[in-house]
Amino acid sequence: MSFFLTYVLVATALFAFTAVFTLFALYSERKISAFIQDRLGPMEVGKYGSLQAFADILKMLQKEFIVPTAADRILFILAPTVIFVSVYLGFAALPWAPGLIPASLNLGIFYIFAILSVETLGILMAGWGSNNKYALLGSMRSVAQMVSYEIPAGIAIISVVMISQSLNLQEISIKQGILSPDSMKFLGLWDVKSVGGFLSWNIFQAPHLIIAYLIYFIASLAECNRAPFDIPEAESELVAGFHVEYSGLRFAFVFLAEYSMMFLVGMIGVVLFLGGWNSPLPNIGSFKMATMTTGLGWGIFWVFVKTLSVVAVQIWIRWTLPRLRVDQLMSFCWKVLTPLAFLCMLISGIWQLTMMQN
Amino acid sequence: MAVNHDAELIKLKVNSNMLFKVINAFKTVTKGLSLTLRHFFAAKESRTVRSINDPEYFSQDTGITTIQYPHSKLPVPDVGRYQLHVEMDDCIVCDLCAKICPVDCIEIESIKATEAIGKTSDGTTKRLYAAKFDIDMAKCMYCGLCTVVCPTECIIMTDTYDRSMPDLTQMIYKFSDMTAEEAEEKRIALDKLNAERLAAKQAAAQQNLPKQS
Repeated sequence: MSFFLTYVLVATALFAFTAVFTLFALYSERKISAFIQDRLGPMEVGKYGSLQAFADILKMLQKEFIVPTAADRILFILAPTVIFVSVYLGFAALPWAPGLIPASLNLGIFYIFAILSVETLGILMAGWGSNNKYALLGSMRSVAQMVSYEIPAGIAIISVVMISQSLNLQEISIKQGILSPDSMKFLGLWDVKSVGGFLSWNIFQAPHLIIAYLIYFIASLAECNRAPFDIPEAESELVAGFHVEYSGLRFAFVFLAEYSMMFLVGMIGVVLFLGGWNSPLPNIGSFKMATMTTGLGWGIFWVFVKTLSVVAVQIWIRWTLPRLRVDQLMSFCWKVLTPLAFLCMLISGIWQLTMMQN
Repeated sequence: MAVNHDAELIKLKVNSNMLFKVINAFKTVTKGLSLTLRHFFAAKESRTVRSINDPEYFSQDTGITTIQYPHSKLPVPDVGRYQLHVEMDDCIVCDLCAKICPVDCIEIESIKATEAIGKTSDGTTKRLYAAKFDIDMAKCMYCGLCTVVCPTECIIMTDTYDRSMPDLTQMIYKFSDMTAEEAEEKRIALDKLNAERLAAKQAAAQQNLPKQS
């Protein structure tokens, strides 16, 4: 019985986390965008506008659920839930600290990638169900974009998996720090098993993974439908894209999914490439900083710091770069990212065979 | 010329090179990102609110530009040309401002006085009462034509602005200082005078009639 209780508690905690993160991210996105544009951003609700996100969600909760007359009711009502749940389920397999993972799956990264693809379906449901040409156009663009960008992202992930020799995210994390049972080599040359720190992160164990990370990061931006790849929402062309007909809490759910997705893809990148919950501080001689800063609390702290920095970069990029055109988006994915990702995979294979066998 | 042409062709080829494109993309993206980052870190401080008359007005080029409007305001010149004001003591109710107004936001109703009422501050004799002098501030477009035509310069633009009202009718400013009773009294007086004059005229006509026939 307590077995199920734990399940429910973990699920509730994760949901609460996504909700709180979304509110936090909403506020920080507004503030960051404001500062970039020499503005102040929200200032009226609470000290420095800190309660603005809460005011917004309160407003959303009070709004009426509007379903267009000509809409496909079932698809329309179901879509936000499908979109959010697919992202939310992804959180289940992410490691937060040594020994702390909601569901330790052997196929962790594979599962996350599979479940994230369901979001595409939800977006298509939303677009089709709305019976609105802008919504449909937006969702078609979104599907085309997400399906395309899953390929370079997937191959970039495979090149990490080839280095780590595991699909289990907890195991991939362990192999990037001082808790690793195997030997790790910085740039394939210097054994850093006892040193740890950032030197043993995947991107420094095999430097071609820096390129793989860049590919993954760009592709993950596209999968979140965020600028500069926000053509599914392209405000200036499509009003608001696939969620143009949504109101109230349903719209809030679409939003929740978008921001949770930002955190999720950021965290996947952190776990795969940037050492997950491992400390960036290395052991230097008798100064055992890595040993000191590895543990349950520290693990959660490092994951948060790293992921939030990645999310901050996502926001920063959004408020800097203009939107890509559809054809530019596609040619960039298929002509630049995909070949580069394949190249990374090839190097990973060679690296695994030459530098890591001993 | 031919060499130049070749050089251009080579340049074109290099430009279309994928690698070159990618490098160029990275360069431009870095440039943009560093620009926004500079602004982000410059946002630590706000620019101070300064009047346009301030010699330092153009010297601040970094920091937050937002003026949190109701809490702080941009200083306006003393001779600002914003909301209209009428100095009723100086008004001779000539109706010129109402006539020139392009949006018809001024509404005046005048009553002829039975005798000269007084003098304005520039010495013009006032012969009309203003029973009604309404300016609809919601319609006013701040062209200032009324202030130009006013012979006594009693209608002026002031430095006040932003008078929001919950009701549109509250935007109609009533400048007339007469009460309805006073206006009625003057109207009756005028009617009486007119009636007297008419009677006098008719009496004069009656006297003149027999002479002519």
